[in-house]
Amino acid sequence: MMTRVRAENIVVQFPIYGANSRSLKNTFIRTATGGLLAKDESERIVVCALNNLSFQFREGDKIGIVGHNGSGKTTLLRVLAGAYEPVRGSIEVTGRVASMLSINLGMDPEATGYENIFLRAAIMGVKPWEVPPLVDEICEFSELGNYVNMPLRTYSSGMAMRLSFAISTCVSADIILMDEWLSVGDSAFSEKAQRRLQRLLGQAKVLVLASHNEQLIRDNCNKIMRLDHGEMAGFEELSIQPTGRLPFVI
Amino acid sequence: MSSAPPPPLHLALKDLKDGICAIYVWPILGWMEIKQRYRRSLLGPFWLTISTGIMLAGMGPLYSKLFGQPVSAYFSYLAISFVVWIFISGMINDACIAFIQAEGYIKQMKLPLTVHVMRMVWKNLLIFAHNLLIVLIVLMFYQPKLDWHLLLAPIGVMLIATNGIWIGILLGLICARFRDIPQLITSLVQVAFFLTPVFWTPGMLGRHQWAADLNPLFHFLEIIRRPLMGEGPSILSWVAVLAVTVAGITLMLVVFPRYRARIAYWV
Repeated sequence: MMTRVRAENIVVQFPIYGANSRSLKNTFIRTATGGLLAKDESERIVVCALNNLSFQFREGDKIGIVGHNGSGKTTLLRVLAGAYEPVRGSIEVTGRVASMLSINLGMDPEATGYENIFLRAAIMGVKPWEVPPLVDEICEFSELGNYVNMPLRTYSSGMAMRLSFAISTCVSADIILMDEWLSVGDSAFSEKAQRRLQRLLGQAKVLVLASHNEQLIRDNCNKIMRLDHGEMAGFEELSIQPTGRLPFVI
Repeated sequence: MSSAPPPPLHLALKDLKDGICAIYVWPILGWMEIKQRYRRSLLGPFWLTISTGIMLAGMGPLYSKLFGQPVSAYFSYLAISFVVWIFISGMINDACIAFIQAEGYIKQMKLPLTVHVMRMVWKNLLIFAHNLLIVLIVLMFYQPKLDWHLLLAPIGVMLIATNGIWIGILLGLICARFRDIPQLITSLVQVAFFLTPVFWTPGMLGRHQWAADLNPLFHFLEIIRRPLMGEGPSILSWVAVLAVTVAGITLMLVVFPRYRARIAYWV
């Protein structure tokens, strides 16, 4: 099946409960950052995080999403991950999605590294019998040694990052979602991690990378989508192929 | 070119099916949740068993005196009732936080919402299994009158677990939106412990026995309690439980499709 993403006029609004609508008398207030504050049909205050976005990603696309804080980058990634369903409009995602948005989601600090591999793998949709063959590779890559049998809370933050990075990148996917850089610790390891991620990206068909660092995007993407207050502010195709000079693992 | 999105009912049914079938996800999540609570303790999850045992050891002799019942008969009645009550009430209380607790997962990734409910039901089944040890011990001491009725007990457990699914989805959804409801449910469940024949028998009500019959929780209690005591639950209990099950699932099938997609915005 062809990997692709198609969004038509998607709107994402977050209801704000407990906000006093009287203090926001004007129908909408355009703030410097963040989505538009507006009222929905039932007079509730909502933050309009994404407003009427339409786009298509096809195989071979490396999309860079740029925009300042609160422009809707992360919300868009979460919509692509399937967490939020748009209030209006439609989104169609064909292909297996790997989300690097929070690579330590579901990790239990009291459980051992070994148990955490199984836990994370289960959440990622890996069947239990597919995990043992991956364990050795994950342990070797994350350089944990005997620490795999120790509770996660005893790890240094670098070690914990390395483990969650290794687990999150152990199965290939069609669409990869990333939010900013991944920080994995010391420089020797980050080179290794970058190579692993490049290999994973080589197998993937679509990359969506959100960042407010334009250079990072230009070095790794072939298309740029600009967001401003949750609206599309531009979509350009880059003529120069990405160099990958600025790594997104540091 | 653009195809119409699938109807909400279809998506909700798919969520339920995928969630229930995710048998490699919710068992591990439920078990880890129990394990997490008892990490670094020597006896681990058996503290569940022990704390129930301590409660019973305290209540048993006192209430058998208060009610003027022979200790042995009353104690086995109380032990079985209490263990089943923990199963039912634990599920109702946990149902309120089924989605709130899973906020991290719901906001970041695509997992069927039903997975979080199944995890909650599974966790309570595991607690029930630990507490069954007490029932076993008690039955060993107080000559059990076990017969084929015992075979009805697993059916009762299954029925209650099935009800846990719709309660989890319905309460989980309502509580995600209205954050006062969990507090309300907690206090209602507390009162229900006294109003339901858990540590007293409906017979003690005399001619007001109908008050117990009107309480659906009583019938849920009965479908596990009676078989464990070597008796069959009354027809009324079966009918009441089945009626609640059907009504609950129907209500869930009305509410869940409408609000399923909103849950991610509420948690």
